[in-house]
Amino acid sequence: MRADLAVIGAGPAGLAATLAAAAQGVRVTLIDSAAEAGGQFYRRPAAALRARRPQALHHQWRTWERLRDGLGTHVESGPVRHLTDHHVWLVERRSTGFTVHALLGPEQRDPAEVRADAVLLATGGYEKVLPFPGWTLPGVIAAGGAQAMLKGGLAVSGRTAVVAGTGPLLLPVAAGLAAAGVEVAALVDSADPLAFVRRSRALVAEPGKVVEGAGYAGRLLRHRVRTLARHTVVEAHGTERLEAVTVAALDRDGRVRPGSGRRIPCDTLAVGHGMLPHTDLAETLGCRLDGLTVHVDDEQRTDVPGVWAAGETTGIGGSALSLAEGHIAGRSAAARLHGTEPDPRAWAAAAKARTRLRAFFAALDTVYAPPAHWTELVTDDTVVCRCEEVTGGTIRAAVAELGARDARTVKLLTRAGMGWCQGRVCGPAVAGLAGCAFTPSRRPFARPVPLGVLARAGEADGD
Amino acid sequence: MRNPLDLAGARPGPAFTVTLDGREIEALPGQTVAAALWAAGVTSWRTTRGEGRPRGIFCGIGVCFDCLVTVNDRPNQRACLVPLHSGDAIRTQEGTGHES
Repeated sequence: MRADLAVIGAGPAGLAATLAAAAQGVRVTLIDSAAEAGGQFYRRPAAALRARRPQALHHQWRTWERLRDGLGTHVESGPVRHLTDHHVWLVERRSTGFTVHALLGPEQRDPAEVRADAVLLATGGYEKVLPFPGWTLPGVIAAGGAQAMLKGGLAVSGRTAVVAGTGPLLLPVAAGLAAAGVEVAALVDSADPLAFVRRSRALVAEPGKVVEGAGYAGRLLRHRVRTLARHTVVEAHGTERLEAVTVAALDRDGRVRPGSGRRIPCDTLAVGHGMLPHTDLAETLGCRLDGLTVHVDDEQRTDVPGVWAAGETTGIGGSALSLAEGHIAGRSAAARLHGTEPDPRAWAAAAKARTRLRAFFAALDTVYAPPAHWTELVTDDTVVCRCEEVTGGTIRAAVAELGARDARTVKLLTRAGMGWCQGRVCGPAVAGLAGCAFTPSRRPFARPVPLGVLARAGEADGD
Repeated sequence: MRNPLDLAGARPGPAFTVTLDGREIEALPGQTVAAALWAAGVTSWRTTRGEGRPRGIFCGIGVCFDCLVTVNDRPNQRACLVPLHSGDAIRTQEGTGHES
């Protein structure tokens, strides 16, 4: 079956786009890697766990119910097809329309192809984690990973956790772990969230966010979680698994204050330093990127005809912004697929929300930042590239002794970024150690593809 | 003590048995390999190719490939993505997983 519009990603942006386009009579195929819609934000326990109170792990549950019911209605009545367990590895531009190439199921061995006249990329983002000694020990996990395991698997990895790094994600992660019975020994942020509260202008425009933040703060107080602002984890300790972390205070310049270290016993460290957008599919299509994000116009169109983008892939800004962008993208795509000029008045409310939320997250970005001198924490024997086990010392030698000035040269000299994850995890760290800006590395495929699948891809096509 | 299953009001079907390196552990319907191993108190199930260091879950969403594990003799499965079924045999993956 050929779709008018292929939406890739069933998180908030992709769902909002699907509903908006389908409401305008567009046949949508919604393609997503998970077994159920919702994305990372609305990740819910697997159906077989039969959770009666999944909302205990979420906020904005009513928004989810609206999205879920809307999707259900459109799937039942026909205009929307929802393909679950489809891991998209390439979107190919053809002479007429697009072919979306995916691998099926968690095994990702067998292929599936979807043809569409237009494509809407709502591929979301993933977490940035910067290295420090001990960060490869079992028990050290990405903050978002801890949350995914809790929301999806109703699983926690231990009894005592430290939540650390920087960014707004740390609050719900700490609150979620505490509510699930984990003792959260400390919430460690290299930024000072109070500094943000003092910048009242951004907050006055976002009363909902103030309530949300206050809600988490209240829950953390109730669970007696101690917050250490302007602190950082300098080392994770253990031999076969995590046993403790050392945290230390940061001075005004973002350097560790000598003598301020203290050891906190824990079996889990949930750590994150912000979010990165998934842009592989857009890059392969030839879409223009602004830095790390996909460039879009006011209608959420990329600069490639027939390709729209919405949500975190166009800039990290959370679920409410993703919903607004997805709605606009869906309306725009529907109008243009019908051969008409869209009327922006049709999405005026979403456009207003988009403007407001982009300003809010731009302000947030000025507050939440990793320690300015985080590279000083990376010792020469700290593993930086987790896949290929390349250390800080090896990368520094490539820079200082072999003259590498960019991440690509470092990769060619050291293998950092050449492994399974293709530099998604170590990319920002390698760039930091090489002293260059982190830029997306061009990858022809968005995930590993079996050679047999690659050899047969597109065979069924006539054009 | 409070646990995540209670928090979400989960009433899963009966637990079933899988094996980890031949040892029986219990898993719940719907759990991924990673979730079941965590619930059994296991946090690492792979050793690296170079230094032979233990690894378990890291990103939790299929991006980082740190949680690779051998399931039913197929190596390099992402434990955070693969759901378990009764009787599945999980093996700690050493190196590339193709050597043993």
